[in-house]
Amino acid sequence: MTKGYYQSIESFALVDGPGVRSVLFLTGCPFRCLFCHNPDTWEFDPKNVITPEEALKKLIRYKTYWKDNGGITISGGEPLMQMDFLIEFCRLAKAENINITIDTSGAPFNTNPEYLKKFDELLTLTDLFMVDIKCIDDEVHKKLTGKSNKNVLEMIMYLNAKRYPIWIRHVLVPTITDDDELLSRMDGFIKTLDNVQRVEVLPYHTLGIHKYEILGIKYPLEGVPAPSQERVDNANKLLHTDSYTGYLKK
Amino acid sequence: MEKDLVAWEGFKGGHWEKFVNVRDFIQKNYVPYDGDSSFLEEPTKATNILWVELQKLQKAEREKGGVLDMDTSIISTVTSHKPGYISEEYKDLEAIVGLQTDKPLKRAFMPWGGFKMAKQALTTHGYTLDASVDKFFSENVITHNDAVFQAYTPEMMKCRHNKILTGLPDTYGRGRIVGDYRRVALYGIDNLIAEKMEDLSNCGNGTMTDDIIQKRQEISLQINALKDIKTMALSYGFDISKPAKTAKEATQWLYFGYLAAIKSQNGAAMSVGRISTFLDIYIERDLKKGILTEKEAQELIDHLVMKFRMVKFARIPSYQQLFSGDPVWATLEVAGMGQDGRSMVTKNDFRFLHTLENMGPAPEPNLTVLWSDRLPKNFKDYAAHISITTSSIQYENDDVMRPIWTDDYSICCCVSATQTGKEMQFFGARANLAKALLYAINGGVDEKSLQQVGPAYAPITDEVLDYDKVMVAYDRMLDWLAGIYVNVLNLIQYMHDRYFYEAAEMALIDTDVRRTFATGIAGFSHVVDSLSAIKYAKVTVIRDENGISKDFKVEGDFPRYGNDDDRADDIAVSLLHTFLNKIKKNHTYRNSEPTTSILTITSNVVYGKATGALPDGRPAGAPLSPGANPSYGAENNGLLASLNSVAKLPYEDALDGISNTQTMNPDALGHTPEERVSNLVQVLDGYFDQGAHHLNVNVFGKEMLLDAMDHPEKPEYANFTIRVSGYAVKFINLTREQQLDVISRTFHDHM
Repeated sequence: MTKGYYQSIESFALVDGPGVRSVLFLTGCPFRCLFCHNPDTWEFDPKNVITPEEALKKLIRYKTYWKDNGGITISGGEPLMQMDFLIEFCRLAKAENINITIDTSGAPFNTNPEYLKKFDELLTLTDLFMVDIKCIDDEVHKKLTGKSNKNVLEMIMYLNAKRYPIWIRHVLVPTITDDDELLSRMDGFIKTLDNVQRVEVLPYHTLGIHKYEILGIKYPLEGVPAPSQERVDNANKLLHTDSYTGYLKK
Repeated sequence: MEKDLVAWEGFKGGHWEKFVNVRDFIQKNYVPYDGDSSFLEEPTKATNILWVELQKLQKAEREKGGVLDMDTSIISTVTSHKPGYISEEYKDLEAIVGLQTDKPLKRAFMPWGGFKMAKQALTTHGYTLDASVDKFFSENVITHNDAVFQAYTPEMMKCRHNKILTGLPDTYGRGRIVGDYRRVALYGIDNLIAEKMEDLSNCGNGTMTDDIIQKRQEISLQINALKDIKTMALSYGFDISKPAKTAKEATQWLYFGYLAAIKSQNGAAMSVGRISTFLDIYIERDLKKGILTEKEAQELIDHLVMKFRMVKFARIPSYQQLFSGDPVWATLEVAGMGQDGRSMVTKNDFRFLHTLENMGPAPEPNLTVLWSDRLPKNFKDYAAHISITTSSIQYENDDVMRPIWTDDYSICCCVSATQTGKEMQFFGARANLAKALLYAINGGVDEKSLQQVGPAYAPITDEVLDYDKVMVAYDRMLDWLAGIYVNVLNLIQYMHDRYFYEAAEMALIDTDVRRTFATGIAGFSHVVDSLSAIKYAKVTVIRDENGISKDFKVEGDFPRYGNDDDRADDIAVSLLHTFLNKIKKNHTYRNSEPTTSILTITSNVVYGKATGALPDGRPAGAPLSPGANPSYGAENNGLLASLNSVAKLPYEDALDGISNTQTMNPDALGHTPEERVSNLVQVLDGYFDQGAHHLNVNVFGKEMLLDAMDHPEKPEYANFTIRVSGYAVKFINLTREQQLDVISRTFHDHM
């Protein structure tokens, strides 16, 4: 039986996709984003595994709160790292008519036909991808995450070609991604897409710092503050977040 | 009943015209409203002026240490005081008049619950009781408190002293009786007197049994109280002998009924009841006639609410520790569904919630939304919006209460339902079930005082606790506790009826009244987690030199209540069921119907102080978790998992209420204001659809509480209101200990 490496289940997640959602946090992530607030999900933990059936049994307890717009979000870590588990879980959830959102950085995406076959199947079982664009500039992206953004953008364009709905999210980190030129370039890229229902600016926050302490990892963004409201507004303006309203339609 | 052609003109007739039946009047005449909040009006100039005056008084009250003024010579009755106004200068602006005493926020002297306490309340705040009153009471009068202590047994005194029974209404009024104040408006006092006269003439056939003697005397007291209400209203220039003719009169008549209650009783809870839909009928009639504008209608409600915000009682410090922040539970309901399936939401329900916008957030009246997923969407959205912006309202599940209490119940305290005008409640505080678990382990010896309080059953002497053995011992100890608890309450209620009878409130309730006997549970989540720890982990007792448990060593993991884990939640369900059954085995005073509750108000801090270390890892003296809330730090799967655990407790086993308080960070509730509203509505629907009873909703972050604690003088915190177990308080009025307790609780802030 397929098992997934997972970290936890959060029953109450109202900013992780449309409506009231519950989140399954999987572990394992190829990126090492400097601002990551879930460093405890980076590595697979063989002690923390779950079958798709078990995971659904736990999550479906919250169905009464989801109504017609909410559902399950699968986040991480990077959920696309565990394709087989993901597909099996989503197949079970779809049978229960549950709305599923995948919260991904796109890191594992590639155009290998084997991979794409699974990826396409996943798309038939899910309703929305929330894709993080960590940074539009590949050099900055590498510094920020340790990896290139080439396949991330490829995934977005692939989803666009399939007319599969996505939300784009961008974490605004002072001194790194909060740069007018970078934001405008990202805006230019998003404008080329037709499948974007919402663009969200997520202000960098420091709520995850204590996890680094627990894990004994040095916090890489020591001293970087959360962005001011003014800068958040500026980013929203440059990204024209107001003009993406597809998410409002039910 | 005399038909009033003028006052009742335009109303659809029915049974209510011949007999007292307010519910029938409401059902025949109200019009449901499913529109949005756009019709609402801003405060009038008069409202703004009066509210500024009242805020000045409230500020002065705070600066004087919480009490602005106290009466030192007049013994408060319905008619004892001259008329009082918010401000002599602006008294003509008051659309609704009437104060408890002759001055705003001046606290009345109410000795009947307990003379010693009433006197202590004065001296604590630097006032001295008039010497002649002091002498007369000390030498001649037996109050409720004296009478109870005359009859207590030594065992009862010990239970009280060791706080296994706590917060008992033996030093203050039991409260929780909601007169049907609407009757004053609909029928006028004369009709109500005539009804009670008839009841008196039909009471008994001349055979003088105890119950008939008591009942006849009570009806006579009620008739006197009705006459007093009329006299009191007359002193304000209103003749309320006949039914009210306009919305303004109806609101004023109704308020006089309530005012009589709070002039003559200082009960722990003095609730207003379900008046919103009723008053809407009058307002709609006047709006249609063109003799009232929406602006004036809102002003009536604003001014009425302003009066509810002014209700005050003189309290002693030990009372304040139990019920912190000066609450009076002037609880007032909006919404709910009718038995016929129509929503009972009217424009007036919007108006009452709108007072929190017109005059800012406030803890009183304790605004309660009777929730059903079938309520109109516009109303649900508006209520959620008000929750998010003010944290001042609570929600109760109409779909579980209506089948039991009909569609005309009121909330008579924080969360407890009572059928309006047909029932009264014997309020009975709480038994500390967490302490009882320690008594089971320690053979009835109190872990703090080392006194033999409970029966000297064989203590458990095992090093490592065995679940089955503990359950046998606990079951036996709970049998004892339920027995002594009910008997203590029987005694208290008997004396309260005799020495501090609520004549003014009972005059507005049917003579053949149904009585409930409301017991309560404290320490709920800790017992559940402790039993779960004993069952699923390894719990070793650490005993002192007397062999009494002083701490517990817990090895291994165990499921905790609050995570939607049946292993723990089943223990919770069974604990509640077991305790209620044990209560039911005992005779209850006046054949009242026993119920229980899981609500602790802010008294969880005081109860916790008196309770030793528990097997769930809670250290000695730490606050118990409030109401039916899971324990601090137990919730590991987020808010909905926690809600699901609480929702498993069947309301039928706790008809007096299951209180749950949750705090959400606004940023965790959604990105946009619209998303926050619709998400909160869904959370409420999802919780209540499962049969849960109650939810207090707070929406703010921990940072705000920390800042308010350190900077209470900032103007933005003057009215900063939060929901605590079963009521709302201004945060800055809590003791520091309670502030820290609130801050230490779980904030749901997944972002």
